[in-house]
Amino acid sequence: MDISAYIFAAPEIVLLVLICVVLIADLFVDHERRMATYWMSMASLGITLWILLATAPESRTLVFSNAYVSDALSQVLKITAVGFVALAFLYSRDYLRANDIHKGEFYVLGLVGLLGMMIMISANSLLIMYLGLETLALSLYALVAIDRNNATAAESAMKYFVLGAIASGALLYGISWVYGVTGTLMFDEIAAAIAADPSLNNLSLWFGLAFLIVGISFKFGAVPFHMWLPDVYQGARTPVTLYIATAPKLAALAFTIRILVDGLGGLQDTWAAMVMVVAVLSLLVGNVVAIAQTNIKRMLGYSTIAHVGFILLAIFVGTDKGYSAALFYTVTYIVAAAGAFGIIILLSRRGYDAELLSDFKGLNARSPWFALLMMFLMFSMAGVPPFIGFFGKLNVIDAALSAGYPGLAVLMVLVSVVGAYYYLRVIWYMYFEKGEDQAVLQASTDTRLVLSLNGLAVLALGIVPGWLWALCTAVFAAL
Amino acid sequence: MNLSQYLLSILIWLPIAGGVVALAIGNDDELGSSRSSGMRFVSLGTSLLTFVISIGLYQGFDNGTSAMQFVERVSWIPSLDVWYYLGVDGISVPLILLTTFITPLVVIAGWDTIKVRPAQYFAAFLILEGLMIGVFCALDGLLFYVFWEAMLIPMFLIIGVWGGERRIYATIKFFLYTFLGSVLMLVAFIYLYGLTGSFDLFKFMNAPLGLLAQQLIFLAFLLAFAVKVPMWPVHTWLPDAHVEAPTGGSVILAAIMLKMGGYGFVRLSLPIVPDGSAYFANFVIALSLIAVVYIGFVALMQKDMKKLIAYSSIAHMGFVTLGFFLLWSITAETGTVLGISGGMVQMVSHGLISGALFLCVGVLYDRVHSRQIADYGGVANTMPVFAAFMVLFAMANAGLPGTSGFVGEFMVIIASFKANFWYAALAATTLVLGAAYTLWMIKRVVYGEVANDNVAKLEDLNRREFIVLAILAISVLLVGLWPAPLVDMMNVTIEDLVRQVGQSKL
Repeated sequence: MDISAYIFAAPEIVLLVLICVVLIADLFVDHERRMATYWMSMASLGITLWILLATAPESRTLVFSNAYVSDALSQVLKITAVGFVALAFLYSRDYLRANDIHKGEFYVLGLVGLLGMMIMISANSLLIMYLGLETLALSLYALVAIDRNNATAAESAMKYFVLGAIASGALLYGISWVYGVTGTLMFDEIAAAIAADPSLNNLSLWFGLAFLIVGISFKFGAVPFHMWLPDVYQGARTPVTLYIATAPKLAALAFTIRILVDGLGGLQDTWAAMVMVVAVLSLLVGNVVAIAQTNIKRMLGYSTIAHVGFILLAIFVGTDKGYSAALFYTVTYIVAAAGAFGIIILLSRRGYDAELLSDFKGLNARSPWFALLMMFLMFSMAGVPPFIGFFGKLNVIDAALSAGYPGLAVLMVLVSVVGAYYYLRVIWYMYFEKGEDQAVLQASTDTRLVLSLNGLAVLALGIVPGWLWALCTAVFAAL
Repeated sequence: MNLSQYLLSILIWLPIAGGVVALAIGNDDELGSSRSSGMRFVSLGTSLLTFVISIGLYQGFDNGTSAMQFVERVSWIPSLDVWYYLGVDGISVPLILLTTFITPLVVIAGWDTIKVRPAQYFAAFLILEGLMIGVFCALDGLLFYVFWEAMLIPMFLIIGVWGGERRIYATIKFFLYTFLGSVLMLVAFIYLYGLTGSFDLFKFMNAPLGLLAQQLIFLAFLLAFAVKVPMWPVHTWLPDAHVEAPTGGSVILAAIMLKMGGYGFVRLSLPIVPDGSAYFANFVIALSLIAVVYIGFVALMQKDMKKLIAYSSIAHMGFVTLGFFLLWSITAETGTVLGISGGMVQMVSHGLISGALFLCVGVLYDRVHSRQIADYGGVANTMPVFAAFMVLFAMANAGLPGTSGFVGEFMVIIASFKANFWYAALAATTLVLGAAYTLWMIKRVVYGEVANDNVAKLEDLNRREFIVLAILAISVLLVGLWPAPLVDMMNVTIEDLVRQVGQSKL
């Protein structure tokens, strides 16, 4: 085998080595000096990022017997994922220290999860995809349970694990059907096989496809496979929720696009119908049920389901414009999600988790600055201009209209209005109500600074959204 | 460098920058501290400076052409072909002037009556001013939509933070209603974008569209603008919002935000979908006449002064939409222009009068903390100067000749006579109804014996209130007695618009 193949997997290989280093080094770190682990993890992320940038491929490259792909999409998604994991570590640090759960395992599991995401993003084979997925999923189960003395966290970890195992089983079952019909696991070979022999496009393949869609829907948390998501968002400690809510969505996007578009693009007519049903249900259920929530983490969980509906609708459209819109939407959504969970963490302190919507009451009096930022984030999620979330929705609607689905476009804008209500409620609690809690917000300077930049980013990106859209378009034009 | 090249950008961004500065100076100081008055002077200074600059707009504006003036065109989102494209014509300049004129008055009116979080209050108004001017200047569909929606955010906060008892209900209703109205307009924009490959409004206007597409686009626009105007039956958010909003919020809402709907009709609906507009013209006229007559009766029955003025606003805005859509019922060239000009004059005049009336109610509310008509009576005995102003504005609201209220209504009624006798007959009932509900309110509030101790203790206008009301009184009379500059400014643009609308796209 040509050694140069390893260059394209260098970020993953180096990250794995660094994870081992951090894991072992952490054993020799006193609890008081746990910050060392944090800095080592951040340094690992920095090195991974550097190698990612240094080994960027000039064009789409397949290595390891075509099982591994390195292209513009993988590059963009990996860089973004590294950035959001770093953000999650930064926002989490103070909270974990204050609540005596500042363990090295948090960072190690976070890094392993990132490794899983990167493998998923670069997978060009169903099996590699599955391996990456399990690497990610197992770290997430453990992360949710990281505070083992917390009953709700343990319960939701268990629920997540059991449901996740079932979904993985379904996925694996679907993979075996696809393999049985096409005789290969590589995405481009699957596509070639279907193109070469149209008779393969038959009920057996559709049967396998249906199970793959189940796996995708579960990973994304799309209705009707969403049951784990609100419970996990609510039950996990807030930093873990922040982690789950951000970077893994990028991996799920890669998962979906690689399987459905790269692999089974020939079956678009078949999967489009399934994806549409799942997407529309997610839009409706997510937005309507979110209205009834009193726990903000759970509310944002349901809101995630609604956003996933948008992302899946963009993929459903089945054009390059749609895929670009899905990428754009995912990235802009997790920017807002990271900020929103960051502010929830900021409101929490030792022994007290700000979990309820009512904890936001009177935030404008306590901290006008962070109330303003939270307002930006909420309006961005609601899709109100000039914030970036609006442009995310705009692109999805544009993709749907130009592909000839005016009904879906109208549905999307109408559910956005429903969705606006629960985002407005956060703003209403912050600005229009008096709070009982007068405690001063405590956070270190770097967290404050980055969180502020995060909040301002949704406004700044909304004022100059052009480059990001150009980037997302270029990614799919290059494929 | 020639500054007038960037005049519109300055008008948009100067107040927004001023608002950010006011926010940065901060909140929580006692009234009278140097920081708190510094913040107030920054706000007032910014709004006055914006007004002065907008006079430059008036002076530099050429009445003789319908082409866009002060055009700025810079690429904004190249990958979507969206432009930062600004320009003004005879339709937008009067409304921009109205905006820059009213905002300083609102700042003065809130000077020491706002005690809670004043910096956020003034900042919200300044930012709102910039965004509203942006709506009137934008010539790119997406830019227009961004300003249009962003405008909701400060108003949502103004009603919600500084409003009355049911402010949360009112402001959520306001936001969701207008948001619901606007999103379909966005779908229409994106459809047109798909067709023309650009968000440029002029490309929209030249786009060939079939009748069905025009009808659907018209309905999408209609929902957006009808909610804003508001037209019967989507008006129900307005009385709630007006009653609960703080005085300044009500003034801006009535004086300017309602005009967005009317502006949308002439800027977008008529030129982009002329055949769709023609198809639904009678429908809109019917809704307008219902607003004029039915809402007039509703206003008669109100016990709350702000609610009464809110309903009167709906009735008066019915005149605006009536004037705009008479176009297809009139054959004579002069009449068509008259209808639209009348609607435009009515918008400006209603902006001044309703703003002034809300300020009058605000003056009473600051003293007695009640808006109920029944809690007053004989105010003229204790507040003679105030009473004089309020009577003047009430007369203007009833359409007394010599005031601005007369000019617009008269033009629209003349135009509707040319169209159809029954339109005119129904529209003219407003002269009776408007007089009835306004003057009856005046009778109960201002005249008669002193009704109770609260009224007996009233003090007349202070200097700040006097200045605000006097400026408005002068402008109401000025537009009433000498409307020519206003009409001249719009004339060529409207003539051209009528010609454009007359050419079917089918």
